[in-house]
Amino acid sequence: MQKIRLLTDKILSKLMLFFTIASVSIVIIIGVGLYYRSRGVLDHASWWQLLSSSVWKPMKGLFGFYPFIMGTLWVTGIAIIIALPLCLLTAFYLSEYAHTRIKKILIPFVNLLSGIPPVIFGVWGVLFIIPLIQDHIAPHFVDFSTGYSVLAGGIVLAIMIFPLIVSIVSEVLRTIPQELKDASLALGATRWETIKKVTFRKALPGIIAATVLAISRAFGETIAVLMVCGNNAVVPHSVFDTGYPLPALIANNYGDMMSIPLYDSALMFAALLLFIIILLFNIISRLILARLERNLVG
Amino acid sequence: MIKRKIEEYFFKTLMILATIIVVGSFFLIVGTIFSKGLPYMTLDMVTKVPGGGFYIGKEGGVLNAIIGSLYIAGGATVLGLIISIPVAIYINMYLNNKNFISNLLRTVFDVLFGIPSIVYGAFGFLIMVYFGLRASLLGGTIAVTLLIIPVLVRTLDEVIRTVPGELRDAALSLGATRWEAAKVVLRQIRPGIYTAILLAFGRGIGDVASVLFTAGFSDNIPTSLHEPAATLPLAIFFQLGSPIAEVQGRAYASALILTIVVLIITLLSELLIKKFSKHKIG
Repeated sequence: MQKIRLLTDKILSKLMLFFTIASVSIVIIIGVGLYYRSRGVLDHASWWQLLSSSVWKPMKGLFGFYPFIMGTLWVTGIAIIIALPLCLLTAFYLSEYAHTRIKKILIPFVNLLSGIPPVIFGVWGVLFIIPLIQDHIAPHFVDFSTGYSVLAGGIVLAIMIFPLIVSIVSEVLRTIPQELKDASLALGATRWETIKKVTFRKALPGIIAATVLAISRAFGETIAVLMVCGNNAVVPHSVFDTGYPLPALIANNYGDMMSIPLYDSALMFAALLLFIIILLFNIISRLILARLERNLVG
Repeated sequence: MIKRKIEEYFFKTLMILATIIVVGSFFLIVGTIFSKGLPYMTLDMVTKVPGGGFYIGKEGGVLNAIIGSLYIAGGATVLGLIISIPVAIYINMYLNNKNFISNLLRTVFDVLFGIPSIVYGAFGFLIMVYFGLRASLLGGTIAVTLLIIPVLVRTLDEVIRTVPGELRDAALSLGATRWEAAKVVLRQIRPGIYTAILLAFGRGIGDVASVLFTAGFSDNIPTSLHEPAATLPLAIFFQLGSPIAEVQGRAYASALILTIVVLIITLLSELLIKKFSKHKIG
């Protein structure tokens, strides 16, 4: 009896260790697999050529990712510029001003927003944001716009990353000692002054981590952006230009990637690129957040 | 003095406005989907597969996509649980909880969580090419499983950590093996497991980029693992791209179906979390 129990424990422990190692090593396997498949295109051109060329002619074997990288940067940049101030103000309001009862009503809606699937954001973008830009925003600035633009992608993405930023910043704000705020308030500072001069400074590393995480989320978002950006392989020069972010490129061309030589390899290179950037961003922000948590416990 | 007061009021108003925008965006999205989708909502949508001229506006529904999505998300959730529960137990029960290695593992899962679904989709596609599989129910399920394992592990880890260490220690000190102690803990976190299942299922059912390469698309309900399967988000995406108004309308109705499913799932998990924290010890 005793032996069987110990044996069960031992076997299960090995099994669990196996599952743990297997699932953790997915990170490495993905990286290696994508690199292996993108060697075809890397044999023909260097990293630098692939990243800096803007000639995209798959039929001639020319793959320049510059327009797509710029498309991604534009869309992500717009999303962060819109989302960050709004989310910071919201997080400060919820954690410093709002009554517990109001918080209890509002926070579930932020969670519900985070549960909405990307494709729904895309549909909403097409139904709401595109006409809004086409009829009401763009006419004030440019002669003609169909509405499909990096601005539309940026707005949709901004809303998609609202819940992420709000929840992480709220969590960070919770780690700030009440004594610090009390000291500031007791000296006669208003609540806003306390936020500005004490809470914000103390929370800055966490806010940076949240931003980096939000950037990496925005980088990889595919379908919603694909539906509203116009998907033109040209470097955008204004917010009303169309753009073609990297994930949209991968998703849009899976159909014919097997029929053109090197095309699948080029798309896998795009996936590898996304993977590397997002991996780095994630590691950086997680390290900052882990340090914050340790400080809190310590 | 007055300047400081004005500043205080100004920023407080600004914060309330920002909060209204953030929370309001949820209502704006759901409201738009409901108002556009409801007029096209028919019983046929949820009870019929696409008929002959479905994509030029003739009769039929998206039952194929609904069933396909349920199969893929359901299968992936089951597979994911089989892998994630042992992982979460291993991190918390077998390794020392505050250990460097368990924290490292947590970070890795956080990072895996951050990897976008398009990368999982591309990777799933690589696996399929490697094994000579075609786009199928099986391929889609594998890709979605990879996508939701981090969701499951993170959620399970979080709920296991809310269980007081004393519970485990008590079981261990009575002579239980670590696995027997883990069973005690598992019973304690059952509502938490349901929450994890709901979250993972919700993520799986709504995702497009991971099934785009791997599950394919079909007008029929799949009858074996090797047949291609339609998914609801993909059906929405394809129908929306159609120039025919009637088909676009069906995209809105499909979007409405998906939104309702996902909202119910999220609401249920919210309620479970509340219930769970109410019954927590201590």
